[in-house]
Amino acid sequence: MLEVSIYRYNPEVDSEPYMQAFSYDTQGKDVMVLDVLEKLKTEDPTLVFRRSCREGVCGSDGVNISGKNGLACITPLSEVVKNNKLVIRPLPGLPVIRDLVIDMTQFYAQYEKIQPYLINNTPAPAIERLQSPEDRAKLDGLYECILCACCSTACPSFWWNPDKFIGPSGLLQAYRFLADSRDTGTEDRLANLDDPFSVFRCHGIMNCVQVCPKGLNPTKAIGHIRSMLLASAA
Amino acid sequence: MVKSVTSLSNSGLSNWMLQRISALILTAYLIFMVGYFAVNPSPSYEQWSSLHGSMAMRLFSLLAILSIAVHAWIGIWCVLTDYITVRLIGPKATAIRMFLQLAMIAVILFYVVWTIDILWGI
Ligand code: SF4
Ligand code: SF4
Ligand code: FES
Repeated sequence: MLEVSIYRYNPEVDSEPYMQAFSYDTQGKDVMVLDVLEKLKTEDPTLVFRRSCREGVCGSDGVNISGKNGLACITPLSEVVKNNKLVIRPLPGLPVIRDLVIDMTQFYAQYEKIQPYLINNTPAPAIERLQSPEDRAKLDGLYECILCACCSTACPSFWWNPDKFIGPSGLLQAYRFLADSRDTGTEDRLANLDDPFSVFRCHGIMNCVQVCPKGLNPTKAIGHIRSMLLASAA
Repeated sequence: MVKSVTSLSNSGLSNWMLQRISALILTAYLIFMVGYFAVNPSPSYEQWSSLHGSMAMRLFSLLAILSIAVHAWIGIWCVLTDYITVRLIGPKATAIRMFLQLAMIAVILFYVVWTIDILWGI
């Protein structure tokens, strides 16, 4: 039997959070962490977590699995179980609403700040704004982000200043629009990022790169933003 | 945009550049000093004071102390705004942080003035 320890907290009845012990019979199979959660929820229906697509697409089941942030649905037990133990906690750094469900308001507020939409005030062409294959290729490694928050909640700079530092996820998206050939808001976007916190609180710790379940590289995108800021200032 | 009154400059990019430029200057100063002592491990008083009496060396030392000032200001400001915050230590944090920032600035300015006084007093 696999020993599973899960963070529990229901602010309506618990005075403080605690870890609850469960056991799970793997029957020798290497299932996903989400499968374990689903099974344990049938035993204890008060256990609460978010999930939807169960295939790494919606980004709703980001949790801290044995110390590392990841999506429960695409994380196999073989990757995370050590000494027959599995520990599941909510993503760190944001307020817990209940059990594994966190309040993502702060995370989305940072996303909103970077204006995650195309800005282009030139008259729209009859059909669509075209983009060359080369320009389109610049968005690879950026557009795939599913906003799961695994990266930002693994970033110490985001833990300390989640209201001022955009965080790796938001910055990856900021660069996604800075890099878009169809976007004409580049200068304004850059001006909004040039304070001591928004971008420059990134100290290159690279926790974000280590945890991103989609294999994206926010640190690299942040480097590109820094270069663009330099180029526009020089 | 986030405003930061006690930050050395209000541009993250400027702070970032200054941090790197000051680091380069300090490295150059360090290499020079290590080199000097490698060639002349125990300089006499005359040698030491004539070295620091030259205008080139005075300017180099001035540049070094200004680099220390800039580097320390940006670095310590970063640490204080990371850890001495309401989020981490409660509502008194803002007052404590302000006090520490002003104390830091005072100490840094004191060192700069003191160094200039020493250099031009030789
Ligand atoms: S590289 Fe930057 S954004 Fe990524 S975890 Fe480190 S400080 Fe955060
Ligand atoms: S960059 Fe990766 S870890 Fe961060 S929110 Fe996007 S998909 Fe999730
Ligand atoms: S449930 Fe959708 S990403 Fe895991």
